Amino acid sequence: MSAADTIKVYHSAERYEKNPATREPRWVKYTILSMALGFFGLFLLLPLFAVFTEALRKGFSVYVAAITHPDTLSAIRLTLLASFIALPLNIVFGVAAAWCISKFNFRGKQLLITLIDLPFSVSPVVAGLMYVLVFGIHGWFGSWLADHGIKVIFAVPSIILATTFVTFPFVARELIPLMEAQGTDAEEAAISLGATGWQTFWHVTLPNIKWGLLYGAILCNARAMGEFGAVSVVSGHLRGQTTTLPLHVEILYNEYQFAAAFAVASLLALLALVTLALKLYAERHLS
Amino acid sequence: MSITVKNIYKRFSNFNALNDVSLEFPTGKLVALLGPSGCGKTTLLRIIAGLEQADRGEIWLEGVNASKLHVRERQIGFMFQHYALFQHMNVFDNIAFGLRMKPRHQRSSESVIVKRVNELLELVQLANLAQRYPAQLSGGQRQRIALARALAINPRVLLLDEPFGALDAQVRKDLRRWLRQLHDELHITSIFVTHDQEEALEVADQIVLMHKGQVEQMGSPLEVFTQPATPFAYNFLGTVNRFEGTWQQGHLHSAGDGVHLPHQTLPAGIAEGDSVIAFARPHEVRVVPSCEQLAPHGIKAKIARILAFGPTARIELVRTHEHSSQPEYYEANIPTHEIQQLQLYEGQAVKVQPTRLQVFAA
Repeated sequence: MSAADTIKVYHSAERYEKNPATREPRWVKYTILSMALGFFGLFLLLPLFAVFTEALRKGFSVYVAAITHPDTLSAIRLTLLASFIALPLNIVFGVAAAWCISKFNFRGKQLLITLIDLPFSVSPVVAGLMYVLVFGIHGWFGSWLADHGIKVIFAVPSIILATTFVTFPFVARELIPLMEAQGTDAEEAAISLGATGWQTFWHVTLPNIKWGLLYGAILCNARAMGEFGAVSVVSGHLRGQTTTLPLHVEILYNEYQFAAAFAVASLLALLALVTLALKLYAERHLS
Repeated sequence: MSITVKNIYKRFSNFNALNDVSLEFPTGKLVALLGPSGCGKTTLLRIIAGLEQADRGEIWLEGVNASKLHVRERQIGFMFQHYALFQHMNVFDNIAFGLRMKPRHQRSSESVIVKRVNELLELVQLANLAQRYPAQLSGGQRQRIALARALAINPRVLLLDEPFGALDAQVRKDLRRWLRQLHDELHITSIFVTHDQEEALEVADQIVLMHKGQVEQMGSPLEVFTQPATPFAYNFLGTVNRFEGTWQQGHLHSAGDGVHLPHQTLPAGIAEGDSVIAFARPHEVRVVPSCEQLAPHGIKAKIARILAFGPTARIELVRTHEHSSQPEYYEANIPTHEIQQLQLYEGQAVKVQPTRLQVFAA
């Protein structure tokens, strides 16, 4: 939606509200409003509030101690590592896939689009299990990997693999409709003016998709840092070694360390808030 | 530079876009590819540019076979229907794009590029808009920027896809004249695609009339307009009256009416008794009151409307005959003063007498 459209919608909403001929009765208005706000408070605001109060229930020092605990720091490091590897990979894959799908016609295009959606349609637990079946001790490549002393499952590589898999569609999904809507005119113009394929991508295509790309990357990153299911299956839950932040929250919670669990959870909640802010920023530029 | 198109075929899944098209575009001329939508004109233009690949056939540029040459090596200026300006670049950067994308060893220094872009901005008379973005320009301004951008790379040929298609009527007229003037200054071989006959007749040196993936006729605007080679060409260019019937003893016989033309010779390839289609332009038609002794022959019709505004009046007529399932309409242009002389009025029974007929085998 363009800025002009936004203004139009705003104005029409305001106009309906001010015009007695289109205004709903007061009781209807307040009933609907309070339902919406009630839902918002109960299901979104309250849990968020609960995370922070529970985290700080036993005092600030406990909160700080939980966050600075070596296991927590290790989980933060692993989470950052996984997303820092998964994100660039998926940006490259996503842009390449979207470029292919939106700018060219080829056989099996529909199949490729369906495959891109696979990580969304399959349960994350199944995704994790697939990696165990392929790389696990009893999996296809398990014995070969063991012979060469490479550990994938229950180690960092599998966490990165699972994270990359689960977050694959975000960038591509965001870019395909955008690039399809933009068509190929600008690219054709660039080529007819003598630009090479790379120059065309760098100077023409990329500037046109940059906000969509940022938007996709933000969502991809949020999911990469928050992924639980797939990572849980392949991680092995080795404390301080193969636990990411969400896994670490679960471990602490299962050990009845509620304050610590909520303290670590509050980090993820903060991350969510930052993501939302960035997303808003990107959306504003996207329109 | 000359462009030669040899036996081009192009098929899109189940539709023949181009069917054995061969053309020779003269150097330095402005040629219009004219035809109804879906006739293959844009496809042909894109094949010449290299943006589309022909299934068969060759494109020769300056006597060199360019069929396998990459778009970026053809050095062809292409102006897109919706201009395809780079939205994130200002006008200056748009025009400079082609110059800045050249390989390093061919690229001019930035100061030379700046000079060249300013020259082009002068040429399209938009020097004051260099820092604007495409979204801030009017349709006509965008078109001129797109043209300047295409000209920046010193193209050997300029190809324009529906250059006036996205503009409103008034701007269209001005830009037509401007493009013609610009072409007279630059003398660059140019081809433009249009579905608007008036545009083609007014702007082009040569018109290529296309229909269903084939060339119907090529010639100067005057030739194409006054001597249409085929029934399609007649129908497509200008208003025309169409008569169907058989050819008998130098007469056109059409459902009980006869048209006698004293000087009409038997057209080549038509034998006595053949079914024919004949055409006459509105100014090649006389309208005579039915009762008049002078009108022993002609097509019986009724005056539906008289539009006598200028020196030439337009008369709209409906054919009157018993066994017609579909009404047939005619149009005649006659000097306004003749309306009074002949005492024509709306609703009158008259005879339509073509003074000249172009006859084709049906």
